[in-house]
Amino acid sequence: MSTVMNNVVTARGLRKAYKNKLALDSTEFNIPVGRIVGLIGPNGAGKTTALKAILGLIPFDGDLKVLGKDPRTQRDELMNDVCFIADVAVLPRWIKVKEAIEFVAGVHPRFDAAKCQRFLAGTQLTPNLRVREMSKGMIVQLHLALVMAIDAKFLVLDEPTLGLDILYRKQFYQRLLEDYFDEEKTILVTTHQVEEIEHILTDVMFIRDGKIVLNAPMDDVGARYTEVLVNADQIEAARALKPLDERALPFGKTVMLFDSTLSDGADAARLAQFGETRSPGLADLFVATMKGTYA
Amino acid sequence: MNTSVKGTSVQGTLGNDVIVSPERGARPAPHATHKLKLLLRREFWEHKGGFFWAPIWAGGISLLLTLMALVVGEVAGRRAAASGKLQIDGENIQINGLDLTALTSRMDAKDLQNLAGGIDLSALMASAWPMIVLAFVVFFYCLGSLYDERKDRSVLFWKSLPVSDRDTVLSKAASALLVAPAIAVGVAIILMFAFLAILSVFVLVHNGSPAQLIWGPGRPLELALMLVAAIPLYALWALPTVGWLMLCSAWSRSKPFLWAIMLPVFAGIFVSWFDMMQAFELGSSWFWKNVVARLLLSVVPGSWIDVTHLEGVNVEGPGQLVGLVGIQSMYTAFATPQLWIGVLAGAAMIYGAIRLRRWRDDN
Repeated sequence: MSTVMNNVVTARGLRKAYKNKLALDSTEFNIPVGRIVGLIGPNGAGKTTALKAILGLIPFDGDLKVLGKDPRTQRDELMNDVCFIADVAVLPRWIKVKEAIEFVAGVHPRFDAAKCQRFLAGTQLTPNLRVREMSKGMIVQLHLALVMAIDAKFLVLDEPTLGLDILYRKQFYQRLLEDYFDEEKTILVTTHQVEEIEHILTDVMFIRDGKIVLNAPMDDVGARYTEVLVNADQIEAARALKPLDERALPFGKTVMLFDSTLSDGADAARLAQFGETRSPGLADLFVATMKGTYA
Repeated sequence: MNTSVKGTSVQGTLGNDVIVSPERGARPAPHATHKLKLLLRREFWEHKGGFFWAPIWAGGISLLLTLMALVVGEVAGRRAAASGKLQIDGENIQINGLDLTALTSRMDAKDLQNLAGGIDLSALMASAWPMIVLAFVVFFYCLGSLYDERKDRSVLFWKSLPVSDRDTVLSKAASALLVAPAIAVGVAIILMFAFLAILSVFVLVHNGSPAQLIWGPGRPLELALMLVAAIPLYALWALPTVGWLMLCSAWSRSKPFLWAIMLPVFAGIFVSWFDMMQAFELGSSWFWKNVVARLLLSVVPGSWIDVTHLEGVNVEGPGQLVGLVGIQSMYTAFATPQLWIGVLAGAAMIYGAIRLRRWRDDN
């Protein structure tokens, strides 16, 4: 009962086939309330298709509920509570800052124009500036200000910082955390810049060939996976525990990645005997999990 | 469940900045008419150049040309008069009346009627430019209305807002059928009066009485009323073309212009070739006139003239010519099946465009 209430998204057996490719293949996942979930996968893994299904932009098969509604049939009501930024360049080029604010204020019941003005106060965006006159970073600032001024329950971000420089990227996520996120909101984000968002995520989902291959809270990921800097003389012993992945470093050391649920006896104490241990970065975990994707 | 977020600590460090408003939940939802108003305003913002400036420029240029023609004529006339080459007689009203005082007194009833018709007609011609521009503006506006947003992917922004596809498409149709024509008619009326004002100045210069020669016989107010009355007729008459163009705009993945033109034209050629209309005892010209032209050309203002009821109007001179475009004869179009079948077809195509926009992907 409560699981239904606490899930922003429940997906069961999603299926979406494009001409010659399955983009979603009996995809299943839940997104609980109050989380920041990263949906991470290689190109063509079905990330954008999954997001488009959640947003009711494409037809698909299977059972999907977003905030208790079916995005295929109840999209119009759903969009009162869901917001999305689909990469950077989707604001119409002719629109002026003040027109964008006036329009969103007029059509969105949860938009707070004063809040939006406050977000724009620290930027170079002036009311009469048109989108076509802005840099990519400024467009994102405007889009983010518009979206953050909407008190939506669920925010979907699809590669929101693609093509931005590091200053804008950092600022983007910083703002999102400081001025927007709270325990009643839920954010789903896809990006290739894994390192930059891993510290803000509460949950992570890996998607590969239309299937969710990993779906776990970040804390669990830390407990489950261990990276060991194996000394040269221990390599064979460590290999016996079937690491997920290994890569050689200079000076004879080897980094191995262990999944404690897969390798028997790969507990922290045992692994520590091989060498220095640490929690793997999301990027390393991703690379190990997605091995052979493009082969 | 552990929902603590590393970000909350960042929030804590900013302390004094109260960000999360205590009260949640929506304001009362914007009223439907308010939403519609903003949707229409959005179309106007985006297409201000076509809807607003284009008719003004066209009208302004035509007014300027009229003015120049009058001045040139005036100069030439004076020179001719000075050199004694030009004889003044009352027949030609347009340019030669260098002394117009005697003119009206010499005219009989028929002359007066012709003068009135001539003035009405030239006033109407002066206001024609915004209407011609309107036809092009509406045509290309509809063609791009649901295609451009997919091409530049801004559809993803519009679709991120709680506005239904129905409201969006209907607001675009209303912009094409009502907003753009209303603005063009407004400009046309202003233009007509400006034209008559210029004529009046010209008459005054030649010692004529504008009241007697221009404003008396002419019926500018009636013409203005007629232009306004044409707006609802235009909206209904242009519906099949607007519907067709918007359907193509929503459907085509590239080159909506080619699709929109080619499909009906090839259908027409096909029908002509095989004489398919023979089956209904209709010539292929029937198909061209009632299908192809209605799908492509009904956005031209006044293109309904073919179906209006013109019996009893016998055109013998400019006096009767204006009767052709009077409100009464114009509104006989409302009694024709051509109009209403077109309305049904147009509405169906707009419904199709709404369905297509719902599921069309941005790529």
